[in-house]
Amino acid sequence: MSTGWPLWEVFVRARRGLAHQHVGSLHAPDAEMALRNARDVYTRRGEGVSLWVVASADIAASSPEEKDPFFEPAMDKAYRHPTFYDVPEGVAHL
Amino acid sequence: MSDSPAGTSSAAALSTYAMGLGDDALILAQRLGEWITWAPQIEEDVALGNIALDLLGQARTLLNYAGEVEGAGRDEDELAFLRDERAFRNVWLVEIPNGDFAVTMARQLLFSAYQCELYAGLEDSIDVTLAGLAAKAVKEVYYHRDHATQWVRRLGDGTDESHARMQAALDRVWPYVDELFDTDDAAAALPGVAVDPASLRPAWTEYVERALAGATLTRPEPKWHSRGGRTGYHSENLGHLLPEMQALHRAHPGATW
Repeated sequence: MSTGWPLWEVFVRARRGLAHQHVGSLHAPDAEMALRNARDVYTRRGEGVSLWVVASADIAASSPEEKDPFFEPAMDKAYRHPTFYDVPEGVAHL
Repeated sequence: MSDSPAGTSSAAALSTYAMGLGDDALILAQRLGEWITWAPQIEEDVALGNIALDLLGQARTLLNYAGEVEGAGRDEDELAFLRDERAFRNVWLVEIPNGDFAVTMARQLLFSAYQCELYAGLEDSIDVTLAGLAAKAVKEVYYHRDHATQWVRRLGDGTDESHARMQAALDRVWPYVDELFDTDDAAAALPGVAVDPASLRPAWTEYVERALAGATLTRPEPKWHSRGGRTGYHSENLGHLLPEMQALHRAHPGATW
């Protein structure tokens, strides 16, 4: 059923010091109600201490068709990882 | 009953008082439960179910306490499912059928605003059970009041149709307001334990009038008002609600799951 209500992405911070994690999405008429719906749908069992909601339409996302140009070039360049390099002898605290 | 300040003479009043508050919560929980799968959105189904479960939790504590203080061996189930209409002590407001969503939200705004003031007052009760319940429940009912306020504002200050229906809903529920603040013999017999209902009205009025102003709604001027729920007199609505609520328990006494 189409409701005419926009979709919102919900982010929950489980406790202080952690980053907000995406947990899902829901419908709501506006941001205030989206926060309240998120509280009811996603944090009823003590899952969080902070909530963010973001209108799904406001998220710029990479497209599946761009997957190769976006991510493939990272695969074969081992020298971009610190493990590629040997640590010289005598270097402390590295 | 070591943690109650009541002697035997006021034990009856304390039981009656707790039963009245518990019945308010129980009957409204039942009404809100009727919305499940019928709300405008699945998100609202969850929100109403959440509010109903908060109220049911309050009802369980209050009815168990009422039974314990009464000392006749009645527990929450016996009180909820085996009493008849005249033994219920809830106010009429919570009996009102759900109507459309606007009626439900109007009823919720008025009742939650009342419960906010009630529980805030009961936090200072010298009865540790009531004070403990109130301290926990006050956080729940602040959220209920907020939820209703949000919707009343959106509907009242929305389209022409939503405004008209929200105002009509307010007119529908307003005759049940005065009863919330009527003198209650049980409360009057429990100074320091119970909250005088009349004392809650100024803060209630201030909150509700601000909510109505924000929703461009007009406070109704009803020509009558309900009374007597606390002494067992009810509208016919309760007579229709109870058989549905009690059917399972009466068909299968003592059933658990």
